[in-house]
Amino acid sequence: MPSPAPVKPGTLRAEQIILFRIGEQLFALSSSSVQEVRGADSLSGGASEVTAPGVGKVRQFVRRGPNLLFLVSGARHFGLPAEEGILAFVLRNTRTALLVDSIERMTAMTRLQVLPLSFCHEERQWYRGLTAVDQMVVPVVRPEGFLSDEELTMLDRAVPPAEASREETERELEAEAPTDTNLGTELN
Amino acid sequence: MTISSELELRPFVLLRLGERRFAVAADDTAELVSPSRVFSFPHRTPGIEGVILRRGRIVPVCDVAEKLIGTRLTARRFYLIALRRYGQRTEWVAIPVTGECELINAELTAASASDEPRVAGWLSHGGDVIEVLNLDALTPGLEDLRAGDLAGRQPGFRTDRGNRAEARP
Repeated sequence: MPSPAPVKPGTLRAEQIILFRIGEQLFALSSSSVQEVRGADSLSGGASEVTAPGVGKVRQFVRRGPNLLFLVSGARHFGLPAEEGILAFVLRNTRTALLVDSIERMTAMTRLQVLPLSFCHEERQWYRGLTAVDQMVVPVVRPEGFLSDEELTMLDRAVPPAEASREETERELEAEAPTDTNLGTELN
Repeated sequence: MTISSELELRPFVLLRLGERRFAVAADDTAELVSPSRVFSFPHRTPGIEGVILRRGRIVPVCDVAEKLIGTRLTARRFYLIALRRYGQRTEWVAIPVTGECELINAELTAASASDEPRVAGWLSHGGDVIEVLNLDALTPGLEDLRAGDLAGRQPGFRTDRGNRAEARP
């Protein structure tokens, strides 16, 4: 009986992950890649509208100092029949705030299997791989996979010029910032 | 039967898709798995239903019935775990089949130039001429990415299964 090459475990030591839902679908995300978890309302309260052709999953953005943070609908990104999320994951080292429906729980994964080569389309950008949690297979999302360079360029072009009043509002919001949570630090 | 003709016999696994039978080289198969839970998650590769967990390994389920018989299998299915080559690499894929499979020895007639890439050859068994499948051409893989890349990046592009996420027993 032939056997394929053994699957190399992606990581042997445990990695803390957040299991979250968009609609009914369960996903996993490394907790160290989440900078903040906020209510979507608290982010969108200071957000402005943006419409970029071909990037329908982003409808709002927030100015944070010189940076722009784009609110990405997880449902639209993955093509899921779900409402707009009510929680926002601000993803570390990205310009993405991912809108999700709920956090299922936090757990640890000890093995990450690379996405099988049969999967050969955009999902290869979306996922770091797959992991098994409680006899269930869960895709582990790639934080950088929500907005491509091309999409960011389109969004940057579509963003209206900064308004002084808007920036002041945002600075006030940031000054409050009571709900910031560094999950990676807490878990490690 | 002469010794030389005996040596030309090779083992094949006969599988059934609906009312039709196909064959796969036995060397490229591992086991037949009873119906098990299929885990689905969003993706955009047509022809992949999801994955199953088998012996600690995550195996993609590639439904080839639509390509071969023009319709998806609806009856209770088993999964034939087979090898799929991707250049130098190989991985398991799970092929949904109808019912049990059969191991036979038969002589392979090579595919002709007019056959589709999915045809590895032909064999004769029980009065039938049976197509031997080339799984490397029949199931999706990264070689499809070049052709499908542009389509896959179009806004609103979806698979034939609508990316529905579900787990099916």
